[in-house]
Amino acid sequence: MSRISECFANLKADGQTALIPYVTAGDPERWVTVPLLHALVDAGADIIELGVPFSDPMCDGPVIQKACERALNNEVTLQHVLDMVAQFRDKNKTTPIVLMGYDNPMEAMGYAKFAEKAAEAGVDGVLTVDSPPEESSELRQALDKYDIDSIYLVAPTTSVERIQRIASFAKGFIYYVSIKGVTGAAALDVAEVREKLALLRHYTDLPLGVGFGIRDGQSAAAVAEIADAVVIGSTLVRCIEEHEKRPEALPAAVAGLLAEMRYAINARNLASA
Amino acid sequence: MPELKFTDYFKNYPDKEGHFGPYGGRFVGETLMGAIYELEEAYEQYRNDPQFIAEIDKDLADFVGRPSPVYFADNWTRKLGGAQIYLKREDLNHTGAHKVNNTIGQALLAKRMGKTRIIAETGAGQHGVASATVAARLGLECVVYMGAEDVQRQAQNVYRMKLLGAEVVPVQSGAKTLKDALNEALRDWVTNVDNTFYIIGTVAGPHPYPAMVRDFQSVIGREAKNQMLSATGKLPDALVACIGGGSNAIGMFYPFIEDESVAMYGVEGAGHGIETGQHSAPLSAGTPGVLHGNRTYLIQNKAGQITATHSISAGLDYPGVGPEHAWLKDIGRANYVSATDDEALEAFHELTRTEGIIPALETSHALAYVKKLAPTMSPDQTILVNVSGRGDKDMHTVASMAGLNF
Repeated sequence: MSRISECFANLKADGQTALIPYVTAGDPERWVTVPLLHALVDAGADIIELGVPFSDPMCDGPVIQKACERALNNEVTLQHVLDMVAQFRDKNKTTPIVLMGYDNPMEAMGYAKFAEKAAEAGVDGVLTVDSPPEESSELRQALDKYDIDSIYLVAPTTSVERIQRIASFAKGFIYYVSIKGVTGAAALDVAEVREKLALLRHYTDLPLGVGFGIRDGQSAAAVAEIADAVVIGSTLVRCIEEHEKRPEALPAAVAGLLAEMRYAINARNLASA
Repeated sequence: MPELKFTDYFKNYPDKEGHFGPYGGRFVGETLMGAIYELEEAYEQYRNDPQFIAEIDKDLADFVGRPSPVYFADNWTRKLGGAQIYLKREDLNHTGAHKVNNTIGQALLAKRMGKTRIIAETGAGQHGVASATVAARLGLECVVYMGAEDVQRQAQNVYRMKLLGAEVVPVQSGAKTLKDALNEALRDWVTNVDNTFYIIGTVAGPHPYPAMVRDFQSVIGREAKNQMLSATGKLPDALVACIGGGSNAIGMFYPFIEDESVAMYGVEGAGHGIETGQHSAPLSAGTPGVLHGNRTYLIQNKAGQITATHSISAGLDYPGVGPEHAWLKDIGRANYVSATDDEALEAFHELTRTEGIIPALETSHALAYVKKLAPTMSPDQTILVNVSGRGDKDMHTVASMAGLNF
């Protein structure tokens, strides 16, 4: 069982929803990321999505786009991101890490080499936002070889036929994009998400994560009631942006924000238990 | 490289998944996958529909002014002293460039698909103007994304778009040029996918765009083939066209691909010189990768980040190139060369003075290569060069090079 599947199994046994923070690696400074990851785990993160910066993040909104720009100003490469994961793994052997990014940096390293290094570093899953199942078979096979989960997106516009196709390739969990839009764009509609998740459950037994458009404890708690995992991205990255000039204070501040989400989710989980 | 018979080209490329060999494909976020399949289905339905084709042909004739002439540049031919040079006059089209051939096709398709809003990206502003023009005529809402840097460089085209009723959104992210405008247009499309049709201006983006835009632009090569046959009694020996994304070049090349006697030269922007690293020449100096929905040659660093490009011509200032060009390069069917800013400027002035035709700076890169190529060929041979656009929009840039400001 992969670290991701094990994590979800444990949470399910406890009646808990997974909380998945997203941060961009190397934003705003390279040295911040590893302490930040540990702080996120302490604040209640169950899985971490670590963004691989890319120069042209066409699926992301301005908040994560600027995070990529800050990281690239520090010349952060995919190799650096893998080094950060390895360093994180020195102290933490249990929290799954999913790399989230775009195809080109992985292709530039070479899919096989990337998969091998990712496994060595302790990466558990890879989500390539601009590489749908149609285009990712080579990367998927490389990741399969090292038991790294290929995470796929499902969107409000995804047809039932595609859902079936994606479900047949997906591993770890399925990431449901809750809005038509880029990351951090709009507030999600819980009723609509509920309906789509119910449909998704007809076609997969994998845990379902929901992201894009979760902004505060209230929306996190509402989504936690219907999903297996809640992904928080732009809200945290905005907090990182605010601490650009005070990076030493950043891990505690971002962790504090995540802890509020954790608290809201737990309160709701408890109430509905 | 596999032994390829170019005579099988038309039926093989792209394949069903939109691949030209390893290039092309559909590299977009999941939210857009439904939209690009919907587009592919609509395009497959209408591309052979006689009514749709008749509608396009009527607009190309009456609204654009096609066929555009092929003109024998006898002064310039004498001056260069080699092959006879013929110019395909896309500069005479309504809106001043080849871009309108494609926007008419896509906008009519948008209308059939029931979309009420079109969006476009633009570099030099020509595609933006061509999109705003058809939007005005068809009564569609139009939003054009343009890098903030290009908004400065091409102020006149920005004003033209606004006159035509389009909203022009200056893009402040990244390098503030064409690639960033494309990112922003894709973000808009993801957000407004239900009512919006994205008119991509070049042969890039996810499948079916590279094939669809090529088909709409192929009117250039189809006309030119007949025009050259009636003017000279034979096919041209060489075709020359400039390449940014590559739509005017593929439009000219495509109908000749299976005519193996016809040499093809695509001319990229070498900027300050390939060796300086400040250029826009991915086929000459780039490596394969994935950007904006397709795999192709890119200007990127070793870590797979897209790096800054430079060209005097905003329309060439792009780090990628259409995937079909990448494939034509790999299989050796077309040759890809480059011309620097200075060479292009020199050719710009030369054509203006010898023939009385002021070409666009993009086109001037193709002309710069003709200056090198023609003298190496014999007077009984012919070169057909695509004059993709007229230079009116570039007066400001050219004047400022001479120290003048309007």
